[in-house]
Amino acid sequence: MRDTLSVARGVSWRVLHIFFTNKAFLLPSIAFPLFFFTAFVGGLSRIRQVPGFDFPTGYTAFQFVFVLLQSAAFAGVFTGFGIARDFETGFMRRLMLAAPNRSGILLGYTFSALVRWATVATVVTVVALLAQMKIGGDGVDLFGLYALALFLNVAGALWATGVAMRLRSQQAAPVMQMPVFLLLFFAPVYVPLNLLQGWIHGVASVNPITALLEAGRGFISGRPELTLAAFAIAAGLILGFAAWAVRGLRRAEAAG
Amino acid sequence: MALAQTAALGKRAVVRTARQPANVVFPLIFPMLLLAVNAGGLRAETKLPGFPTTSFLAFALAVPFVQGALLATINANVEFARDIQTGFLNRLALTPVRGIVLLFGQLGGLITSAVVQAIFYLAVGLAFGVRLQSGIGGAAMLLLLETAIALAFASLGSWAALRTGSTEAVQGLFPVFFVFLFLSSMNIPRNLIEADWFRWVATVNPVSYLIEAVRALVITGWDWQTIGLGFGVAGALSIVGFALATHALWNRLERT
Repeated sequence: MRDTLSVARGVSWRVLHIFFTNKAFLLPSIAFPLFFFTAFVGGLSRIRQVPGFDFPTGYTAFQFVFVLLQSAAFAGVFTGFGIARDFETGFMRRLMLAAPNRSGILLGYTFSALVRWATVATVVTVVALLAQMKIGGDGVDLFGLYALALFLNVAGALWATGVAMRLRSQQAAPVMQMPVFLLLFFAPVYVPLNLLQGWIHGVASVNPITALLEAGRGFISGRPELTLAAFAIAAGLILGFAAWAVRGLRRAEAAG
Repeated sequence: MALAQTAALGKRAVVRTARQPANVVFPLIFPMLLLAVNAGGLRAETKLPGFPTTSFLAFALAVPFVQGALLATINANVEFARDIQTGFLNRLALTPVRGIVLLFGQLGGLITSAVVQAIFYLAVGLAFGVRLQSGIGGAAMLLLLETAIALAFASLGSWAALRTGSTEAVQGLFPVFFVFLFLSSMNIPRNLIEADWFRWVATVNPVSYLIEAVRALVITGWDWQTIGLGFGVAGALSIVGFALATHALWNRLERT
């Protein structure tokens, strides 16, 4: 256990050091969620006037939840990019040779994803509050919202880690990114589920991210809904992708 | 002679793109995915009073044309930057090929790719029930407009490639262009944007006029003022980009 933790600490320190000292990594991670928040809230706020749109705390809060979850998922995915880069530079091979317990490598990358997202989430939250976002939920509700996003962050990191461990190339970036992008955007991003029509309604209804998004919006508006389902889905995603990441690690080990 | 050289270099640029499936498939599929997501998710927007059409797909079809030109620009200019990095441009400069031909050949190849993509987007739109209000002549005008838009982005992208000679720097343009795209009237007509600051940003953003010109041909018909503005903005960007690119080319050839 001590070996695992020491490896995890070393890996996460290195990843976070690179993240916080390199503007090329830090700025896009923060700028992109802010940019989506700005574009959606600023450009599409009139959507709240669409008949049937009755989100109580306004369009800013409605979109904030999406941007928060999106930033969580992508902070995880970006960690996968770093793993792929470490394979290409040969660092991962040296790390695997040196690490007394390689599970610590997974733990370290996952923890660093979490800290990365916490940084981004802080900035996004501050900006949303400056934009006079209304919050209907209490402290417990908000804790639920951020916990849900945290779960999604871990799931995203484990998914991308599994891909990076298997493909071991930065060319795998679209494979890590695209499914997450599609899952997020095939959910009710701009309007509630009941206002979606046609095929997108069908897709969104079976998309697991929809439950997370609706639960998150329930938390921020102070009318929690689908809470159990959302946490069960998030936990399921973590368990499934943890197995995926561990098997990926074993494959990387086997590949030498 | 110069024409033959330009054609040869243009052909090389097209063939090189065609030989990399990711560079062909991604610019075709990604804008279509974004179109599908937005057309499904934002269909409710058509219920807003004053929305110019009942089909959000028709409204949003303009976006892939601009986005496709942007993606073609990035891909082609990454290859251009690679030519600089690998020394191909220097070797070419030792031949009787005139400097300006290098630029025209590059731009010609890129525009060919963009127009092929535009035909694909148009075909997809028509297959899903969009009818051009400007008729068959409008389709031809659409391709002409796409050429102008591609030329505008391409000249700016070539400038970046020649100025930096770095593939990473050209790839770094993608987020910048993407920001311009999202902070435009891509998802909602400017007169329906509620937030004053966002309407102002969309109004000063040249990408809005490119999108609106394409959109006019799809949902309005022969709105010469909007179409003219689109061509005017594309022309102005092309002139600026081309002047910068030519200057960067001379500097680069001088250095070698």
